[in-house]
Amino acid sequence: MKRLLLQDKLLSFAGLFVTLQVTLAIFAPIIAGDPIAQVIVSRMQGPSSTNILGTDQLGRDVFARILFGYRTSLITCGIAVLLALLVGGSLGMLAAYYRGWFDRIVMRLMDVLFAFPIILLAIGIIAILGPNTFSASIAIAIVYVPIFARLLRGPSLVICESEYILSARAIGASDTRIVFVHLLPNLTSVILVQASLLLSGAILVEASLSFLGLGSQPPIPSLGLMLSEGRNFLLLNPWPAIFSGFAILFLSFGFNLLGDALRDTLDPRLKNSKEN
Amino acid sequence: MNRVIPIQFIGERVLDLIFVLFGVSIIVFLMIRLIPGDAVAIMLGANTEITPERIANLEARIGLDRPIIEQYFNWISNVFRGDLGTSLWTGRSVVEEISSNIWPTLELTFLSIIVGSGLAIPIGCFMAQAKGNTAEVLIRIGAIVGLTIPSFWLGIESIFILSRWLPGFASLGYVPFIQDPLGNLQRMILPVFALSLPMLANLSRLVRSAMLDALSQDYIRTAKSKGASRQRVIYHHALRNALIPFVTSVGVATGYLLGGAIVIEQVFAIPGLGQLVLGAIAERNYPLVQATILVMTSTFVLINFFVDILYALIDPRVSQK
Repeated sequence: MKRLLLQDKLLSFAGLFVTLQVTLAIFAPIIAGDPIAQVIVSRMQGPSSTNILGTDQLGRDVFARILFGYRTSLITCGIAVLLALLVGGSLGMLAAYYRGWFDRIVMRLMDVLFAFPIILLAIGIIAILGPNTFSASIAIAIVYVPIFARLLRGPSLVICESEYILSARAIGASDTRIVFVHLLPNLTSVILVQASLLLSGAILVEASLSFLGLGSQPPIPSLGLMLSEGRNFLLLNPWPAIFSGFAILFLSFGFNLLGDALRDTLDPRLKNSKEN
Repeated sequence: MNRVIPIQFIGERVLDLIFVLFGVSIIVFLMIRLIPGDAVAIMLGANTEITPERIANLEARIGLDRPIIEQYFNWISNVFRGDLGTSLWTGRSVVEEISSNIWPTLELTFLSIIVGSGLAIPIGCFMAQAKGNTAEVLIRIGAIVGLTIPSFWLGIESIFILSRWLPGFASLGYVPFIQDPLGNLQRMILPVFALSLPMLANLSRLVRSAMLDALSQDYIRTAKSKGASRQRVIYHHALRNALIPFVTSVGVATGYLLGGAIVIEQVFAIPGLGQLVLGAIAERNYPLVQATILVMTSTFVLINFFVDILYALIDPRVSQK
């Protein structure tokens, strides 16, 4: 693994870029100050030595809000992608393994969910659950379930046809053993690549939802929400909107580049698989 | 060349279409059933005293006291008759509300498809000819930036920049095309730019890799060896084959555009379906939310159905699988 990282400069760059942002998010309370503390006298300041990215309309430190916004974004989207992977990925794997009517029914249901435009389905789910961080996470998870199911079904079908699965079956391995011991490990690279690419997409969806007021609610620091608040004061103080936009871009870009570079390194055959 | 219309293929697609639309209608129908229990009380309005009888009355009026399957069939047969229900607060029919808001969204989506897919072909062809490591890396990073840049942020910043440099430029709101064609198009420039950029990045990357694939085929070598010009090889032989996967991706991208339009409309104050559905969620106008989602999703499903058929007509191999 270490050698591969060195071989591919792009991969190491992407890895570093993502690690840097995740570290900033984890150590946000140590690195930055309080993201909610209001200093009314220093409202809407540009970048300075006390607030390196300036302050917003309530005198809150933009840098601290961005780091805590990273946290909100990473936790919301991380949980969403993980849930979607567990549910959708298992469905795709099992559909490929059992084939027949189970496959047909599951994939048909996935077709139906897939028929909705992503943001629209997420909005519909949030209309039911009520707008908050948790709903946004669940909505993104549900939207991603059919995507993971489709992405893992294809490679699983190929693997299930291979001879070592046949021989595992011949010596009497149970279904559970075949799926978890023989099938799943061979899907690791697909899962890593797709999880990274979909996390990148989820970050944009989460930002869009909270921008529309359907995700995290104030005063929770959220990048989309910061952008939507910053927009109202754009002419007086453009900085919060500029910085929070860059923050969303960097976070999403990092994971997308990471997934893209991982795809080349781990499995060149995947290069032309479905783009997101 | 002999073109046979693949009847069996179209038949299968029609069955798929019916199944997916049926599934979509069930999910959309269940959405209104899954809303929290106090929804009926909310529908009674803020000025009415909430009593169990009033709730029961209203439930009977909207049919909530019937068995769920009967409710579904009532609802779906109304949908087929063009009755999507009544908007809760205005009392107008939902169809009326939607038809007064649908045009800006359709125009925005349509123009973005034209711009996004139209520019992707020349850009992708140009990128396919770029060689060398630096060019490769730049193209790759550029495409990912285009793909991950939040379109609503791009919209906000472009409004901001234009308001500094071109203060007279009208970038917000919407004017119907028939009323003022120039004003309409002028107001569409920035939203279409913001909305179509991610699609453009995705599609031009796709055209590029499809072109590289096509250029390495035997028939290209044949074309070159019989003396076809470079232009003819690229645009006549390679591009025609590279366009096949492109068509499907354009269909899939419309889903992204319809969703993205909701967000972009919010940025540019365009009175479209996005504003309608967000307003409806804010005031808990559930029939309107339900109908808007149904209309937008059905549009998306139908577009992809036609793309599939088109795909089979362009590439006879698809229907023979």
